[in-house]
Amino acid sequence: MAYSDKVVDHYENPRNVGTLDKSSTEVGTGLVGAPECGDVMRLQIKVNPETQVIEDAKFKTFGCGSAIASSSLATEWVKGKTVAEALTITNTDIVKELALPPVKIHCSVLAEDAIRAAIGDWKKKNGVAEEAGVATAAAH
Amino acid sequence: MSIENGNGANVAGIPSTGVVITNSNKPLPDGVHLPLYMDNHATTPLDPRVLEAMMPYFTGKFGNAASRNHAFGWEAEKAVEEARTQIAKLIGATSKEIIFTSGATESNNLAIKGIAEMYRERGNHIITQVTEHKAVLDTCKKLEKQGYRVTYLPVQADGLIDLEDLKRAIVTEGPEKTILVSIMYANNEIGVIQPIREIGKLCHEKGVLFHTDAVQAVGKIPVDVQADNIDVLSLSAHKIYGPKGVGALYVRRRNPRVQITEQINGGGHERGMRSGTLNVPGIVGLGKACEIAGEEMAAEAKREQELRDYLKNKLETALDYTQVNGNMDHHLPGNLNMSFVYVEGESLLMGINDIAVSSGSACTSATLEPSYVLKALGLGDEIAHSSIRFGLGRFNTKAEVDYVADKIIDVVVKLRELSPLYEMVKEGIDLSKIEWAAH
Repeated sequence: MAYSDKVVDHYENPRNVGTLDKSSTEVGTGLVGAPECGDVMRLQIKVNPETQVIEDAKFKTFGCGSAIASSSLATEWVKGKTVAEALTITNTDIVKELALPPVKIHCSVLAEDAIRAAIGDWKKKNGVAEEAGVATAAAH
Repeated sequence: MSIENGNGANVAGIPSTGVVITNSNKPLPDGVHLPLYMDNHATTPLDPRVLEAMMPYFTGKFGNAASRNHAFGWEAEKAVEEARTQIAKLIGATSKEIIFTSGATESNNLAIKGIAEMYRERGNHIITQVTEHKAVLDTCKKLEKQGYRVTYLPVQADGLIDLEDLKRAIVTEGPEKTILVSIMYANNEIGVIQPIREIGKLCHEKGVLFHTDAVQAVGKIPVDVQADNIDVLSLSAHKIYGPKGVGALYVRRRNPRVQITEQINGGGHERGMRSGTLNVPGIVGLGKACEIAGEEMAAEAKREQELRDYLKNKLETALDYTQVNGNMDHHLPGNLNMSFVYVEGESLLMGINDIAVSSGSACTSATLEPSYVLKALGLGDEIAHSSIRFGLGRFNTKAEVDYVADKIIDVVVKLRELSPLYEMVKEGIDLSKIEWAAH
């Protein structure tokens, strides 16, 4: 399969790989996917309690190149955004940016789920009202 | 775009985490050329000696082997008969028992459909097994639609069938009598060699015909249709350094004499079993490929097995959480199927994309399903997603094996830095206890 240059770039040089302290109240963790399905993404955000701005984001992904690229891109995009702004990122934005072919759309869906799951976890920890449809391990 | 040319330097303005998947500006070792081919179960390069044997039959010796009344036809026929003898010799058959086809897919279709049709009066039951090639499985599925009953035997965790399962599945009386058992000689993904001799013996004791898809075995390990009790056998040229588009079917003529209903009509070539003008250059190539394979088999099998074991040991020494798939005691010399657990196969292939190997990962298949062969072993889909098939062949060298092993190790280590599963396992978390979201 031929990958777009952007997927190759994220795969070769993934942004924001790593782990944040999941016990911190400022950190939200989203773990989505399943090993038997061939992709698992863990996306973490560190939110400024005053401004609600996502100051840091980290990911680790088990999955194909497109899954790695989708989650790498997701961390790049959420950084510097407020929690509310980050929730506006959709999988179609990711598909467009990475020029994902139809068979790889599920990778972008998983990345969107990971963002929502991380924010959901952070909200739960901080007593912020949960919006309908946002779960910590969203099915896709 | 070529990944291996990436030097890992940061794109201006993009913060780096320091994780760089590929970084191979090192000069290539002597004797290693890229792209590097190590996928010899898929196909093999043509041996130059085979090409040399074929060349005259494209140009000057272009006759139709069925032309009975001139020198061009006689010359072509002579070449075809010589090839028939070369093939027969490799598998312990006689030349009259060799039928030429367009390849092993046709051979498998002809064998299974041809026997099912010919012996329909005797019974309607066929036995095969779940890790067969699709050329056998899809053919059996089609026969099921036509009213035949097919038993798909399971395999054990090591990929071998249980002879007791086979014994129980054979029906010897009544309208659902078993007419055919079709079990592959060696598997194309996991390289395991089935207990063919015992299967053949059992079939003959029960009066059932035995067909084997021997595409991966012929020319690689000793195959003897007499000792192995094989009645019908499929083989292909392009898996043994011959040309694509030509194969053969061995059809036993004595004890018992096997009859096959032809599936292609038009002229009655090949003793009526397969019409169509013979592919003379291809057939000459298949014959030559068989001759070379026979002469060099013992030494080549030893060499490939040593390289394979070297590759396996090197990978197992450098990496944790590896798993070899398939029984290694009954195994093709050039095959290694290994899972690099917690790394997804397609992402691994992406990091080594100057090396041609295969993966059982869903992402590499057209159906987005992980390998049905690995799934049949009952090891869990994640093992299939993480699997790589190495297919060593005649032209692979130790320098190449070293290059491949080093590259795999490098990329697996880097992808595991990216793998949440690897991190969790290292922290002592039991992944099976996590409630994963179904998707």
